[in-house]
Amino acid sequence: MAFSAGLSVVFHGVAFAMVLYLISVGLSVTMGMMGFVNLAHGVFAMAGGYVMTSLMNRYGVPLPLALGAAAAAVALASLPIERLLYRWLYGGDELDQVLLTMGLVFMSGATAQYLCGALQQPLRLPPGLNGGLHLGFGEVPAYDALLIASGAALVTVLWLGIERSRFGAKIRAAVDNLRMAQSVGIDTSRLFGLTFALGSGLAALGGGLGASLITITPGYALDNLVYFLIVVAIGGLGNIRGPFLAALLVGVADSTCKYLVPQFGAFLIYAMTMAILLWRPRGLFGRA
Amino acid sequence: MAAPRSVRARVAGIAAAPDSGAAAVEAFARRHRFRPYEALPWLAALAAYFLFPGYLPLASQILATILFALSADLVLGYAGIVTLGQAAFFGAGAYTAGLLAAHGWGEPITGLLAAAVTAAAIGFLSGLVILRSTGLSLLMQTLVVAAMLGEAANKASAITGGDDGLQGMQVWPLFGHFEFGLYGRTAFFYCFAVLFLCWLAVRRIVHSGFGRSLTGIRENVGRMHAIGAPVMRRRLVAYTISAALAGISGALVAQTTGFVGLDSLGLERSGTVLIMLIIGGVGRLYGAFIGVPLYMVAQDRFSSIEPVYWYFWIGLLMVLLVTFARGGVLGLVDRLRIWGGKRR
Repeated sequence: MAFSAGLSVVFHGVAFAMVLYLISVGLSVTMGMMGFVNLAHGVFAMAGGYVMTSLMNRYGVPLPLALGAAAAAVALASLPIERLLYRWLYGGDELDQVLLTMGLVFMSGATAQYLCGALQQPLRLPPGLNGGLHLGFGEVPAYDALLIASGAALVTVLWLGIERSRFGAKIRAAVDNLRMAQSVGIDTSRLFGLTFALGSGLAALGGGLGASLITITPGYALDNLVYFLIVVAIGGLGNIRGPFLAALLVGVADSTCKYLVPQFGAFLIYAMTMAILLWRPRGLFGRA
Repeated sequence: MAAPRSVRARVAGIAAAPDSGAAAVEAFARRHRFRPYEALPWLAALAAYFLFPGYLPLASQILATILFALSADLVLGYAGIVTLGQAAFFGAGAYTAGLLAAHGWGEPITGLLAAAVTAAAIGFLSGLVILRSTGLSLLMQTLVVAAMLGEAANKASAITGGDDGLQGMQVWPLFGHFEFGLYGRTAFFYCFAVLFLCWLAVRRIVHSGFGRSLTGIRENVGRMHAIGAPVMRRRLVAYTISAALAGISGALVAQTTGFVGLDSLGLERSGTVLIMLIIGGVGRLYGAFIGVPLYMVAQDRFSSIEPVYWYFWIGLLMVLLVTFARGGVLGLVDRLRIWGGKRR
């Protein structure tokens, strides 16, 4: 009994970690590469969740299609936002960045409430995903298993893409040394835009896939901001592997704490974050 | 802020005369003198008392929030610490005063002092940890400290009332004499006097040598290290003072409204105080006096229609402010003055 409870707690934590990672990885790259404090990153995840649930609930679109459409729509929509608002503040004053992105958070929350109401968006899963899934060593929720499998697939594609493709090489170059990247002729302005769109699209995927774990409400971007930032802070900026390990740590710790000591809630996660940042201010996997 | 202004003026080509150096020294020596315009906010507050007697509770909230914005100005505008966790100290003060009043000690002034001490202690302890880092990491840690306190208050519902808020505060009459009555006259003058005293203190601090060195740290940390200024200690002291002021502000709100909720520790409060400050202008001591009333009066008007739309419009305003009007209202005034100077 204890084993199966422990298994499902860890399993749930890993599923949560996948969602956290998909949402946060774009944030880590934006912050590391463009030097931009993007507090509005959760907005893209929220938008993904809203687009996906609306497509499913109102028009009966199947889950994979709705998810893909949500990611594509959010990635496209993020391009003009980056061009018109964000790019002016790259490498600039943190305070301006905080204000701009907090403004976007407020606007998006109000807009979501206006369009879809204050209530949480229900996620109606296909019947096959509601039950449990028998593995050799125990039973786990099927949707968690799907989350982990699809999360792992996406992470593999992303890592291979960043490591092997020309576009990925440009991103790494720009993160490592922006001026040198510009000097060798990389069009960093275009690169920023594309990276931003990619990060937003991934966030939308995370928001949509994780709609059952992180409920889609108008307060989404503000309520979950601390969690996304914690993953980035622990993982280190401008890094795509660090946030993955950080997300695993936060996800599993969160689900374990909430199971073992529910009276503390998220308090222990925050305390853990403070301890880690006290020990290593640039995060566990950040470069000095 | 006399010295930087003269630098700016020189850049704009106003005081290009050869004696501008001497003029700058002269201006620097006079920087702490009271000027007539400094009486304006206080006259305006008194005028509001007589002109809008029906809005005294709102006016008291505005005065208390000005103090909160002033505390944020001290860390943000002078010490240059971008914080998203100022509500941690506001809430700590509010809960301290609230818990005292709910458990049999409703004396307001000692309540304020206790709130200031608690908030300062939290500011000092968290500052010891978080002020080691800078930039994004620091921003995040201020946020996490506030989130930590918020979660603690949320989960310790046996003490704090959790989601329902702290109930049953009994605030005694001020000086054993003036009841905090229905019309809010006592509350108004209480907030007015506390804000005035705190403003004097902050004014004194930012014009002192300590305040100048804070500005130095904000503008060029490397140089301040090089001349041997104890940067960490200065920032820690500023952070602690600011926390105490925020705690007093929270206690004022708690005592005058008789209620403390979880939102007093929330990210929204930390964020909106920054907005109010930026609408007025950061690092100028008077930004708080302009931004807070503008924001809160507008909020009072608009949110009675529909609170959701209010957030949309305030969000839009923030985006426009950052994109087109950095420096807030006072920054705009400065720019108009420079523009006027050019034309002359």
